[in-house]
Amino acid sequence: MKARAKQIDVFNRKSTPYLYLFPTLLLMLTLIVMPIIMVIGYSFFDNVIVIDSPEFVGLANYISLFQDSTFWVSIRNTAFFVGFSVLFHLILGMTFAMLLNTRYLGNLGKAVFRVIYVLPWVFTASVIAILWRLMLSPSGVLNYLLESFGLIAAQVEWLSNRQFALMSVTFVNIWAGYPFFMISILAGLQGISSDLYEASAIDGANAVQQFFRITIPQLKPILISLIMLDFVWTTQQFALIWMLTGGGPINATEMLSTFIYKQGFTRNQFAMASASAVVILLICTAAAIFYVKVQKARD
Amino acid sequence: MVGRKKWYAKVVIIIALVIGAFFAGFPVLWMVRSSFLPNPQIFALPPIWISDTFSLDAYRAVLTNPMQIRFFLNSYLIAMLVVVFTLIVAILASYSFSRFNFKGKSFINTFIISVQAVPPITLLIPYMSLILFLRIFNTYWALILTYMLFTLPYAILMLTGYMNTLPKDLDEAVLIDGGSRRVALWRILVPTAIPGLVSVGMYTFMLSWNEYLFALVLTRTNDMRTVPVGINLLMGQHAFEWNQMMAMSVLGSLPVLALFLFFQRYFIAGMTSGSVKS
Repeated sequence: MKARAKQIDVFNRKSTPYLYLFPTLLLMLTLIVMPIIMVIGYSFFDNVIVIDSPEFVGLANYISLFQDSTFWVSIRNTAFFVGFSVLFHLILGMTFAMLLNTRYLGNLGKAVFRVIYVLPWVFTASVIAILWRLMLSPSGVLNYLLESFGLIAAQVEWLSNRQFALMSVTFVNIWAGYPFFMISILAGLQGISSDLYEASAIDGANAVQQFFRITIPQLKPILISLIMLDFVWTTQQFALIWMLTGGGPINATEMLSTFIYKQGFTRNQFAMASASAVVILLICTAAAIFYVKVQKARD
Repeated sequence: MVGRKKWYAKVVIIIALVIGAFFAGFPVLWMVRSSFLPNPQIFALPPIWISDTFSLDAYRAVLTNPMQIRFFLNSYLIAMLVVVFTLIVAILASYSFSRFNFKGKSFINTFIISVQAVPPITLLIPYMSLILFLRIFNTYWALILTYMLFTLPYAILMLTGYMNTLPKDLDEAVLIDGGSRRVALWRILVPTAIPGLVSVGMYTFMLSWNEYLFALVLTRTNDMRTVPVGINLLMGQHAFEWNQMMAMSVLGSLPVLALFLFFQRYFIAGMTSGSVKS
């Protein structure tokens, strides 16, 4: 009798942590793991969702995907968009964080500039898209400013000219995304012990040497995490592009994300859309494996 | 000599700060300005900066339109419910991670970290059939469940980190005195963890308030739309009533801006410790 009670007690104690995790695991297994399995499955069938008994077609979806020139255009555009976004998020985030960390500014000044610098980050993608469509329109304020400084001779169609659209979309994304880098780097900068700088100043190091020998190595773990997260977020960026250009003009700003959306929800080719979704998944999984390894190495 | 060099450095830094502020703040000023102008004057050249034609007409138009009010109510309701449910589920999970050792703990933890890196757009297509299967398409529940999935990994990692910093004696004392785990968690641990909960709650609210893709795909009728989708709908319906779109944008951004200004300290501390150092 007593042994049995003890057994139940042990069982209770062993199952308790799993019970607390149950809601989380239930949600994640049904609504994340299952869809991932389903999307991989879909990519091997024909006419999924639209008809009841789709036919297994093996790799046919992937083959026609790799023969689709729009797919390759969207890969190239995504690479441009992600590469320059991450690079300039890093540069601007670092620059603004260092500016905010300056000793020439009082606490009030720092607080005011910090709020201004963080502003782009509080806006949702549709607000950012509409605001920049207003500013970037041919008769908009940006053209006016550039013209009055003599930087351009005629009005530029930033979003509807094939030559400039990708650049403009990337620029808007850079504007919208740097504050996340800035805030994280700022927190990192404040965590670096001032002894390090004082010691190197005694050794005669100048500001540039201090930046590359102390600041960058001390921030390295934060920077790697930021770059990984931003890579994953930017690769799948949909809302901003969709509302700025919809992937156009023609397909000048078509990204993997808008390509998937159009295949699925405007052309009802869900199997093809699934195959392209698996491609994004693979790209992001590679980044995620690296990210988890970095995280674990730091624990 | 040294004093002179410092003087130069100070001027350069101040100029850089002002240029940066212009880059970050000018578009926002422009949005606010445009929301106060009558529509025909928005594109006037040279641009109008301050004018006696400034009025609240655009705001009045937005706030008296029942459909647009509905967008705001939907967004508030969904975001607040997501905050509540995410916090409850995340508190349970992080209690488990923080206070127990069990088989598979490290595996489950890694699993939750990697879920953060799953691109939502890859889930979109099968997710659509799951939501239809669960018969919650075009309901609040579709969006609430979805946003919980997006916010839970971060919330759990962040709260686990926070609870790890709270001494174990705190809640174990309750157990030793014969109290239940429920009391130890909800009466002792949770009230102590409020700063962490505020930070997670804000992040959750912001994410839910701002999400666009799933709000677009998982709802169909206007009475279920949220603010981000609603703002973009205005674009088509009102044939470029720019002042109204800007007024709606300002109104749609105020909740997040207010949250950010009030809880800046919590937020920055929480965000950086959670997402960067977790």
